[in-house]
Amino acid sequence: MAFSLHGVHVPHRKHTRHVPVLRMELPDRVILPMAQHIGKPATPIVKVGDQVKVGQKIGEMSGYISSPIHASVSGKVSKIIDHRQHDGSTVPAVVIDSDGLMTVDESIAPPVVNNREDLIAAIKEAGIVGLGGAGFPTYVKFDVDPERIDYLILNGAECEPYVTSDTITMISRGDDMATALKALAQHLGIRKAIIGIENNKPTAISKMRELAASLTDCDLQVKPLPSVYPQGGEKVLIYHTTGRTVPMGKLPIDVGCVVVNVTTLAAIGAYLTTGMPLVEKCVTVDGGCVTKPQNVIVPVGTPLSNLFEASGGLKHEAEKLIYGGPMMGITVPDASVPVLKSTNAIMALTRKEAKLPKTTACIRCGACTNSCPFGLAPAAISKAYDNRDAAQLEALAVNACMECGCCSFVCPANRPLVQKNKLGKVLLREEKAKEAKKK
Amino acid sequence: MSKLHKIAVSPHIHSGQSTSGIMRDVLIALLPATVAGVVLFGARAALVLAVCVAACVGFEALFNWIAKKDQTVGDLSAAVTGLLLGLNLPVNIPLWQCVIGSLFAIVVVKCLFGGIGCNLVNPAITARVFMLVAFDTTMSGVANYPTPAGVDAIAGATPLADKAPVRPLLDLLFGKHGGCIGEVCALALLAGGVYLVARRVITWQVPVTFVGTVFVFSLLMEGFDPVAATAAILSGGLLIGAIFMATDYVTSPPTPWGKVVFGIGCGAITCLIRYFGSLPEGVSYAILFMNILNPYIGKWTKHKVFGTGGAH
Repeated sequence: MAFSLHGVHVPHRKHTRHVPVLRMELPDRVILPMAQHIGKPATPIVKVGDQVKVGQKIGEMSGYISSPIHASVSGKVSKIIDHRQHDGSTVPAVVIDSDGLMTVDESIAPPVVNNREDLIAAIKEAGIVGLGGAGFPTYVKFDVDPERIDYLILNGAECEPYVTSDTITMISRGDDMATALKALAQHLGIRKAIIGIENNKPTAISKMRELAASLTDCDLQVKPLPSVYPQGGEKVLIYHTTGRTVPMGKLPIDVGCVVVNVTTLAAIGAYLTTGMPLVEKCVTVDGGCVTKPQNVIVPVGTPLSNLFEASGGLKHEAEKLIYGGPMMGITVPDASVPVLKSTNAIMALTRKEAKLPKTTACIRCGACTNSCPFGLAPAAISKAYDNRDAAQLEALAVNACMECGCCSFVCPANRPLVQKNKLGKVLLREEKAKEAKKK
Repeated sequence: MSKLHKIAVSPHIHSGQSTSGIMRDVLIALLPATVAGVVLFGARAALVLAVCVAACVGFEALFNWIAKKDQTVGDLSAAVTGLLLGLNLPVNIPLWQCVIGSLFAIVVVKCLFGGIGCNLVNPAITARVFMLVAFDTTMSGVANYPTPAGVDAIAGATPLADKAPVRPLLDLLFGKHGGCIGEVCALALLAGGVYLVARRVITWQVPVTFVGTVFVFSLLMEGFDPVAATAAILSGGLLIGAIFMATDYVTSPPTPWGKVVFGIGCGAITCLIRYFGSLPEGVSYAILFMNILNPYIGKWTKHKVFGTGGAH
């Protein structure tokens, strides 16, 4: 590999990495939306008034790219509401009033896994989705001809500022990761794995080296990477760990790689050991408004407000509340929304932290194109979008954009570059659909 | 329900880089050359620089006000243009000519094309070229005016116009020779260049390839005499042009390879004019010419998009 892909130096702000992890008090109620993953939402299989137990399935998957939802507390289904999602649409969400007992469902037992099909079914049944933030159903990634998988790439880059929940996983859940790697080696024949970790996490790197040395079935290579955002972008990580380039519009498997986040891997291991589906999450709670930044372990579905309260409350009025980190995270209007399976962090940013400079004229400095990991020309894409020029957007390969936001972060004129990239993709898709209709 | 929080698309933080911050760095980088110019040429140099800066900022403010556009003088780019223009003028230039030059730079070259970021050519360079044509007697430096402090030769005429033997390199480094206010002290210009690279305002490609090309070309033309070739790169407007004017974002290519092509082009044209043209100096014309080619260079030297075929 001759060159490293470009990126930007973002502030690290990993305040929470040495703070002990808090297992939070149970919330009074949890809100479990039926869409906590990419793909078709699950279908609720409980009704108002039903008693549910921890780990009981309450939402059935409704398609190939989908994932089941499980009760994260025991108690009574008090209502089924319309939950507003980030894109403005709504999905049903099951609200469970906790009885405080955390009674485990009788069906919970370690799965019997004897072959490839068993393992994939187990990952599917556990409701495991990409926990780095994207929420893509994990079983789908492994549901390919095992011959095609050269490398399992473990994403421990954690390149977003503030977020440390993956670091916590790497430091404290090596056993779960080992269990999962062993099963993947045994049943899918994955014997080569590479874990990419940004070099600002020396403890995680040494823990993972210990893990690698203890493995017998799988050759795990630990690869420290420069702390350059977006090191954890899937295609960036594949390039920096294997030297392979995923062509535009293709998937990692097309170059022989399956990429999973370290916490996702640990979730697989935990399910294989206990049979308890993905019902709790370790979440980083940080941002300038948070009195006591820390990582907390909570049942999925816990409202964000409970996490902030358990972290000493908000000492300033928050300008923005964010699911995820500040580079790619999604803002929410208020803290009543729940922790989802894919939530790795929540932020309450102060006005000062979230302050963006005034947008001024482009000075053609080239910072956007020179910081883009994929070498796109965001300023030109912006112009093409403003002109509603679909052909030009295609020529500029707008669809290659992974929306990491480096361009907007560095732009001295603070132009909405990645934002226009996103709009450009939509415009191109719509124009193509129109054309297809004509034919 | 409590107060709702702000909803926005990511990213939610910013690097803190700003246009005015960049321009402020350029002004800081020009400080050594400014001080050297005033020390070498006396108080009138300060007057020329002050008039150019004030006129450029004033014209931009006035234009924006008349055209009912957002006021942009706060981004400091007009001040940079004014200072650069002043540094590229001889010390004895009549002040009214400074004002006309500033008017041309700001209104004709910059504002009429849409303001910052929209100009096709560098305002300061283009105004200088305009003044070379319009005010050739005062601009060419052969006019009769008082000898600047510390310079005992024919003031103003660049060493390139001298038919005398090559000047001692130390004199060139410290600015003890004729020329425009800001171009004579090579050391001050180099210090500014190092500052800009260290602050990542500019990258090394344009200055190094520009100056390097002139050095190699001069070496060939001067019979492989390294002293003469070094004198060639320390003389005239090369350093101020290569460090401060050819690196203008708006009128030079954004990518590293584009900058290399741009720098080599500037260097080659400078030498062609210096050695084969009828003018003593060609830096301004070279940069102006390459400014015009810039959109094409930009097109040829775009980054290859990751994953769109071929080796990356």
